[in-house]
Amino acid sequence: MTKVIVQGKAKGTVLKTINPINFLGAVDKKTGIIHDQKYDIFEKSIKDSILVFPHGIGSSVGAYTIYSLKNNESAPLAMICKKADLTVSSGCALANIPMIVISEDEFDSIENGKDIQIDTESEKILN
Amino acid sequence: MELTKDEQAALNGDKGEALQTAYRILLATGEATNAEKLIPIKWAHLSGVNYNTIGDSGEEFLRKLSEDAKVTIKSTVNPMGFDFDHVSEYNLDEEFIEKQRSIRDSYIKMGVEPTFSCTPYDIYDLPEKDTQVSFAESNAAIFANSLGGIRTNKESAFSALASAITGKSPYSDLRKDGNEAQMTIRMKLENPNELDFGLLGFFAGKVGDTSVRISGVSEPDRRSCKALCGGMGTSGTCAKFQFSDEDTSSSEKVDFGKEEMNKIFDELNTSEKGDLITLGSPQLGLEELSDLSKMLKGKSFRKQCMIFCSRAVQHQARSLKYTDEIERAGCDILSDCCTCLTPLIDPNETDSVTTNSVKGAYYLKNSTGVDVNLKPLSKIIEEDTQ
Repeated sequence: MTKVIVQGKAKGTVLKTINPINFLGAVDKKTGIIHDQKYDIFEKSIKDSILVFPHGIGSSVGAYTIYSLKNNESAPLAMICKKADLTVSSGCALANIPMIVISEDEFDSIENGKDIQIDTESEKILN
Repeated sequence: MELTKDEQAALNGDKGEALQTAYRILLATGEATNAEKLIPIKWAHLSGVNYNTIGDSGEEFLRKLSEDAKVTIKSTVNPMGFDFDHVSEYNLDEEFIEKQRSIRDSYIKMGVEPTFSCTPYDIYDLPEKDTQVSFAESNAAIFANSLGGIRTNKESAFSALASAITGKSPYSDLRKDGNEAQMTIRMKLENPNELDFGLLGFFAGKVGDTSVRISGVSEPDRRSCKALCGGMGTSGTCAKFQFSDEDTSSSEKVDFGKEEMNKIFDELNTSEKGDLITLGSPQLGLEELSDLSKMLKGKSFRKQCMIFCSRAVQHQARSLKYTDEIERAGCDILSDCCTCLTPLIDPNETDSVTTNSVKGAYYLKNSTGVDVNLKPLSKIIEEDTQ
């Protein structure tokens, strides 16, 4: 089951983490680099990736971090979550970053580093 | 989510750019929370005020938005970076001050009450039971749902702002009746202090989903309740708790004992001592300042101690003279800002900070970039005063 939260199209390489992301606390809003060492994608940049993560956590201001990433040209091309939270949903809505929610099984089957395509208008959203 | 004809027109841009933006946000958050419609709300509490957190993009966004957007319901705001009354005592760069001033002015221009507080529940009496509000500050949302008897999503900065402008919010599950917690956390610590409650909150936020039940706790004081809300809001998506010893066999049970506590403590406590002390994340209320003034009788801090409270609470505390003893003990009382991401703590000058706040500890470590020495207030006063 795929659910569209923010519409759009994107094509890129998957950056996947099993850690829920605290955008305010863990992501550098200028570069998109994860600076909290407890993350399995520590020191990686989320810039221009298809970011696949369980869901957002923590401060509600994380929505501004997502908007800033977009303005600084360091945002992911799209976001894919298991659960939609308000911080990530509203941040993506304002920043025009396509965002979808997928099932646990679909989440597990997405491989890190793989090239994928999202088109929320298409019949098969995820390719 | 179904929109009315009017709402759809606004989403299409027929009523201007500000409302179009607001409805775009509400549509996404409505889809995210499986809401079937938007409902009217009475009060929005906004986050995204500190220049340190929202940056140049945020400052510019708010400046443009404030050119034609106005809030249509009671709206209050979170702390900003510093206290304008004390800014000259700190070494802050001019650009930060100017950008912060612009953000403050944008909110005021939109008609927001300049509360600059993360504890709106300490400033205003909460509205009648079951009133629908939109609180973005996570500790305030959890407080409202769990202890205040009113209802909110754990809103984001943008969803609360959209609610302030439209007066509406998605009718999500948390706003409805019959939200039974799927998990019970059994508190196993005896005589817990406020730090233990903060750690419990952080733990609950990590393991819980939207709502948790907490058993084994008997009537914690307000300081402990606020610490619990602050910790919970920091670590997860959980937006509500309920103290209950009732045994519901259907819910999953998780213990919070010494072992679980130590694990989180070790994650957040990275220093044996602090160069300075901060108290107030969430900002301190009147009762906490009254307690503090009694605890500090005849004592003086050996190092700098920053106390954060809202301006409204500071005014009350001054008229009741609670501040006399606190300032005599050497504390700086600061309003309109808080421990989290204040530029008043400079990582180039400060290696470590002592605090009793789990929420403060997380952001001091991960955002400000200093080490943290976590200990309860009673121990701070015992060890760091003379």
